Amino acid sequence: MRVSLAQFLAAVAALVVLIGLVLAACTPSHPQSTFDASGPVAGMERNVFYWIFWAAVFVFVTVGGVLVYTFVRFRNGEGIPRQVHGNRRLEIAWTLAPAVVLAVVAVPMLLTLFRVSSPPAGEVAVNVKVVAHQWWWEVQYPDLDIVTANELHIPVGRVVDVTLTSNDVIHSFWVPKLGGKIDVIPTRTTSIWLKADKSGTYFGQCAEFCGISHGNMRFRVIAKPQAEFDAWAEAQRGPAAQVTGEAERGAQLFVAKGCLACHTIRGTLAMGKIGPDLTHVGGRTTIAAGLLDNTPEDLARWLRDPPEVKPGANMPNLKLSGEEVSALVAYLQALK
Amino acid sequence: MATIVQALRRPTSYTGWWSWVTTVDHKRIGILYGATAIIFLLLGGLEALIMRIQLARPDQTVVSPEVFNQLFTMHGTTMIFLAIMPLNAALFNFLVPLMIGAGDVAFPRLNAFSYWAFLGGGIILNLSWLLGGAPNAGWFGYANLTGTAFNPGHGIDWWVLGLQVLGIASLASAFNFIVTIINMRAPGMTLMRMPVFAWMTLVTSFIMIFAFPVITVALVELMFDRFLGTNFFVPSAGGDPLLWQHLFWIFGHPEVYILVLPPMGIISEVLPTFSRKPLFGYPVVVFSGIAIGFMGFGVWSHHMFTVGLGPVANSVFAITTMAIAIPTGVKIFNWIATMWGGSLNTKTALLFAVGFIFTFMMGGISGVMHSMASSDYQQQDTYFVVAHIHYVLFGGSLLALFAGAYYWFPKITGRLLHEGLGRLHFWLTIVALNVTFFPMHFLGLDGMPRRIYTYDPSMGWDLWNMVATIGAFMLAVSVLVFVFNLVTSLRRGERAGNDPWDGRTLEWTVPSPPPAHNFDTIPVVRSRDAFWEEKHRRAIAPVAGGSGRMDPGEEGGYRPGHDPRHSTIHMPSPSYLPVVVALGIVLAAYGLVYHLALAAVGGAIAVAGLYGWYMEPASEPEDTGQ
Ligand code: HEC
Ligand SMILES: [Cu+2]
Ligand SMILES: [Cu+2]
Repeated sequence: MRVSLAQFLAAVAALVVLIGLVLAACTPSHPQSTFDASGPVAGMERNVFYWIFWAAVFVFVTVGGVLVYTFVRFRNGEGIPRQVHGNRRLEIAWTLAPAVVLAVVAVPMLLTLFRVSSPPAGEVAVNVKVVAHQWWWEVQYPDLDIVTANELHIPVGRVVDVTLTSNDVIHSFWVPKLGGKIDVIPTRTTSIWLKADKSGTYFGQCAEFCGISHGNMRFRVIAKPQAEFDAWAEAQRGPAAQVTGEAERGAQLFVAKGCLACHTIRGTLAMGKIGPDLTHVGGRTTIAAGLLDNTPEDLARWLRDPPEVKPGANMPNLKLSGEEVSALVAYLQALK
Repeated sequence: MATIVQALRRPTSYTGWWSWVTTVDHKRIGILYGATAIIFLLLGGLEALIMRIQLARPDQTVVSPEVFNQLFTMHGTTMIFLAIMPLNAALFNFLVPLMIGAGDVAFPRLNAFSYWAFLGGGIILNLSWLLGGAPNAGWFGYANLTGTAFNPGHGIDWWVLGLQVLGIASLASAFNFIVTIINMRAPGMTLMRMPVFAWMTLVTSFIMIFAFPVITVALVELMFDRFLGTNFFVPSAGGDPLLWQHLFWIFGHPEVYILVLPPMGIISEVLPTFSRKPLFGYPVVVFSGIAIGFMGFGVWSHHMFTVGLGPVANSVFAITTMAIAIPTGVKIFNWIATMWGGSLNTKTALLFAVGFIFTFMMGGISGVMHSMASSDYQQQDTYFVVAHIHYVLFGGSLLALFAGAYYWFPKITGRLLHEGLGRLHFWLTIVALNVTFFPMHFLGLDGMPRRIYTYDPSMGWDLWNMVATIGAFMLAVSVLVFVFNLVTSLRRGERAGNDPWDGRTLEWTVPSPPPAHNFDTIPVVRSRDAFWEEKHRRAIAPVAGGSGRMDPGEEGGYRPGHDPRHSTIHMPSPSYLPVVVALGIVLAAYGLVYHLALAAVGGAIAVAGLYGWYMEPASEPEDTGQ
């Protein structure tokens, strides 16, 4: 029995070591770490987590300790012990004790619940509308007349109000470092507010199972100083760039190959609504909802066979020749 | 021709494989449930292993995303409906009549039907792998992803039909156990003298009859949407996908208690026996179980904190959810108090029971963390939840079921499970369980969503995914050790005798394995822990009057073996009609997908079977023949 007890304690020790390791693992190099809160919403939620976390550790260590102690102390006893059937006082005490602990942690939880539920009055600087599609995100700025995809640009330190709806099934919008998630539901509108404390790129990902490429439905939030944001918005508002050379051949192919049926490029014939707006696709950092970098090589890979890159993608393999692909890549890259 | 005549005659044999098909003996049905559930448990485990291989490293292509989605759907559905629920049912069946001093359940043929319908539901779900693909929308099957627009294949059809058939099986067995426990207790076995396991069976059965109709309605609506083109959940036509979530979780959360209350009952039996002390605060443990049953119906929206119900609704559901921690905590304290001051007999069953308290407590605590709505916005639908449910269902339900297996295997088979292998099984399980599931907390907090078939190397999730995968393989080894122990002990295990653990409840008064009729004479119960009191009190204070004793033998113990009187005990006779009805229902389910004619045939078989069932006298054919 002694051996088993040692093993038992070893297992407990292993757990403690594991907990230590997680603290080590929570470094900022983890792009979706909820510990590394970079905005007030995520910060408040993390603080609630710490409350309940320490309460949990306290309860677990206390009760677990008593359990282990009881087991060790009374193991392999001999004879018939005293037959105790209960103890009213004790039982009332340990009914009340958890109630008290719960009441204590409930306070910050409830306060935060109401605080994160709607943006601070009068502080909303930017309104964003997100429409989720299987498996990418359409991003609109109704006040700024901008439509883009898979990248939310926001000004640092300003409150952004995001309203969301879905074009097909239920998705969930989640940028862990900026705040918890909100589901995106067809025919309904939900909302969430975000604020980034510092410039940078924040990773997000769909958090509600939404079909075959659920794991491939990622996005980025890019926070930058107000001036840079304004410049970005200004550029986005304009029509697509004029192109020449190989890119011009790409522009023709965009029409000839039927891309225009699904994509919009403002200032051209293309006004499709099924896929992302490509007017300024060349300026995005990633394509295909965060799956690929927006490099000529990756773009070519995407155009050659989208469902191969992203299973189930609603952009078909258009059987383009190598030469057509490079012309289209040149065109799309030029659409800054 | 001869075989048909053979089949049409009422079955009479009590041996041979056919007798297992026609049996209505609760003990044999319990064994059927248990054996089938273990097979499904292995299948569900295999599905988990494949997923863990896929997720061990980033960007792997071991399985396609479509297959991955089928795997997690079937893993969840299998473990919940085809492994843990029927493992619980196995123990209800085998033990409850013995514990309450009854000869069988109230409706033995209905009991057989429950098993066969359960098997049919399991087959419908699992054959889908071979019939064009398994269901792929998760065990929770959120609308509108389950609609034909997004899910044209038959996978979801099998899921809906399989669950409906399983629901029928569960409801039938729930009614059966309620009637059995209310009506068939031995004289003197008042409700408050009943073993806690029987109590939890009763509570669980009530939860089932209230929770299953809700999922049945939801599934019927989904069936209508899929087969008849209605729009209950089709948003483009005005349907509401959130309706599904409400209905599903009004069932789904009570379902959690359907899965864990019986294991809590097991723990409440094992701890007193192996502490040689009565359960501390029996009434409180019982009432907290009842309270959990009630409260379980008032918390469903904690699965929906992020759908945008608003802070008021979320506060209410956060608080009701937190409140469940109170009766749960009370149980844990009472269990520890049961051991306190006891003479612990540290057999494998006790080790698993203590392990259960430990890991279940972790699952319970992470559950309270989830109830904190404002921090749950971050954890919802992440691996943190995956960790939580596995601490509750593996660390909770399964560990308790293992405890129950080591405790009652001797009663069921007459032989003890091997202690050495049992200890190996225990330590492997405890370590592997934590290596597998603990890192999932980190992954969730590190932003890894559930149900993604792969992830990018830049996310920093490699390490803990690899650790979890290694743990999963260790768990597989531990389960194999258990299966090996079962198989070898069945044939070569040490003989158990009637009462190997100095048991407290009536099942230990009868031989191991118990005779078909259970009790030679129906025992008369004069206290809680009746058997233990009889054994240990008698020496101190002889009971006045002397009448109404629990059939004391010459030596004052309980006479093993058969009593000549048993031939006068009325036993329900075997019947093939339960199988026929279940078969009809399964055929009808296949017919709904393939051809309505088949559905009609299946329906006709089921109705004919029910008619025959109604006409069939309950007694032995010989009694009625001439
Ligand atoms: C049937 C409709 C359809 C057609 C035709 C189509 N696309 Fe797409 N395209 C889509 C959809 C849908 C997406 C989003 C895929 C995803 O990320 O899941 C997409 C994505 C893209 C993207 C990535 C945009 C981003 O920001 O992530 C590019 C670039 C693109 N398409 C270019 C083209 C080109 C060039 C053609 C013509 C050769 C074309 N598409 C034809 C539907 C279409
Ligand atoms: Cu998704
Ligand atoms: Cu729940």
